[in-house]
Amino acid sequence: MNTLELQKQAVEVRKGIVESVHSAKAGHPGGSLSAADIFTYLYFEEMNIDPKNPKDENRDRFVLSKGHTAPGLYSALAHRGYFPVEDLLTLRHTGSYLQGHPDMKHIPGVDMSSGSLGQGLSAAAGMALAGKLQNKDYRVYSLLGDGEIQEGQIWEAAMFSGFRKLDNLCVIVDNNNLQIDGAVDEVCSPYPIDKKFESFNFHVINIDGNDFEQIRAAFDEAKATKGMPTAIIAHTVKGKGVSFMENQVGWHGKAPNDEEFAIAMEDLRKAGEALCQK
Amino acid sequence: MSEVKKIATRDSYGNALVEIGKEHENLIVLDADLAAATKTGTFKKAFPERHIDCGIAEANMTGIAAGMSTCGYVPFISTFAMFAAGRSFEQVRNSIGYPHLNVKIGATHAGISVGEDGATHQCNEDIALMRTIPGMVVINPCDDVEARAAVKAAYEHVGPVYLRFGRLAAPVINDEATYKFEIGKGVELRDGKDCTIIATGLCVGEALAAAETLTAKGIDAQVINIHTIKPLDEELVLAAAEKTGRIFTVEEHSVIGGLGDAVAAVLSEKCPTKLTKIGVNDVFGESGPAVELLHKYELDAEGIAKRVEAEMK
Repeated sequence: MNTLELQKQAVEVRKGIVESVHSAKAGHPGGSLSAADIFTYLYFEEMNIDPKNPKDENRDRFVLSKGHTAPGLYSALAHRGYFPVEDLLTLRHTGSYLQGHPDMKHIPGVDMSSGSLGQGLSAAAGMALAGKLQNKDYRVYSLLGDGEIQEGQIWEAAMFSGFRKLDNLCVIVDNNNLQIDGAVDEVCSPYPIDKKFESFNFHVINIDGNDFEQIRAAFDEAKATKGMPTAIIAHTVKGKGVSFMENQVGWHGKAPNDEEFAIAMEDLRKAGEALCQK
Repeated sequence: MSEVKKIATRDSYGNALVEIGKEHENLIVLDADLAAATKTGTFKKAFPERHIDCGIAEANMTGIAAGMSTCGYVPFISTFAMFAAGRSFEQVRNSIGYPHLNVKIGATHAGISVGEDGATHQCNEDIALMRTIPGMVVINPCDDVEARAAVKAAYEHVGPVYLRFGRLAAPVINDEATYKFEIGKGVELRDGKDCTIIATGLCVGEALAAAETLTAKGIDAQVINIHTIKPLDEELVLAAAEKTGRIFTVEEHSVIGGLGDAVAAVLSEKCPTKLTKIGVNDVFGESGPAVELLHKYELDAEGIAKRVEAEMK
């Protein structure tokens, strides 16, 4: 996909996030929207995957370590054809397979159950190591939150990945600078994030994580990097694409009411329309 | 009488991994800087490329195993029970238990028989923690023969298994030539009519010895070995309750949440029977030679016999 097509697709992914969280009356729109462009790029451009064969042993893998942004992952998966888009409206409903946090046992395309912060990167590193040992050329991607990296296990996994030279592993930090209790640098600062990953023997790339050209360049650079894993520090806007949610900490884990939902969908409709004028 | 051979079940673990590893290339062993103590060092020597030392980072090791299991490997993660079940409880629950991944947890140095290292390293809570995780199989073998068979059964079982091993050399009470291990099936080791001693792990040998001394006191005790605490062999437990009408459980584990409570739950619902739980009585352990500690905490044959005799009066 070219940049314009990716931008249009990202609008659809964002609509799915807003619709599913509104329908659930609960969930995490802020961090799902900040990472929507990353989700879109991974599932529509970057990863070697086949929605008809989600368990293909040679596929690329994705672990959503910041599992609470499941609405973003689910919307990307649904739009990519893993399951019906209309099922997004069952998110968090009793009996639905779309659990509040990713559930690999029941959701096509989910490569690892996650949600308890700090654990996903270890699983991703395990998948990457398995690929190395089996001489397979699949790649493994894992999306972390900038608040999530306050968890110690992330750095255990980073140490392991750098030491094992897992160059088939690409970590993306969704650096939207907000966590539940406030700004990450006011709660318990993880900065400098790039220097931390560098010192754990990662190749580090800083980008605007809501800019597809920079996203593309970063993932290309990661693929070309040999002998060490890559960490892409994606500087993003929490709530990106919905006017009243942008950079608002209160939209970390709250669903829009009907009125707010209408405004959000109108924002996204306009964004889509503007892209069609291009 | 010939001298009884003694082998620590942690040694059995290391040896069994090598045997299974020879036949199955997808078996992989992870350790956290304790390969010498958990005895996976023997596997490392045989298959260095399939032994992954994760360093002192048990939470990460648990997740690495989870990830590898999704790619066709059968990982055995190895560390002390305190760290496998204690420190990494939530990783085991969420990264292995919830997705029901095919990861085996080889937890050595369980119970107070860790000895001199003392309370910080003596895990008396692991059975309780692990049996609360849906889908987790919990096995606590009693001797070398059973431990090696258990590792093999764990490999063949699809799904998470917690294996509990000890540091102290334990008498070999099973005959390798005839012994059959089946997950979830207890074993009657001694018939008896007055009471039943249901034991697990290291305490099985002690319970058998206790039963012998009890005959001199006029007590004919049945002895059952429960190597699989989850799923529990309810049928065998209920048959024993109906037969002798008096149950004792013995375990080198807290009396809270372990074998005793698992048996109590079955009895209270299906066949109310008087039960005495013999174990670590809601206290932390302490430093000392393992044999002395087992004696002090009355989990050796003498302590078990004394307790049974007192309760049967």
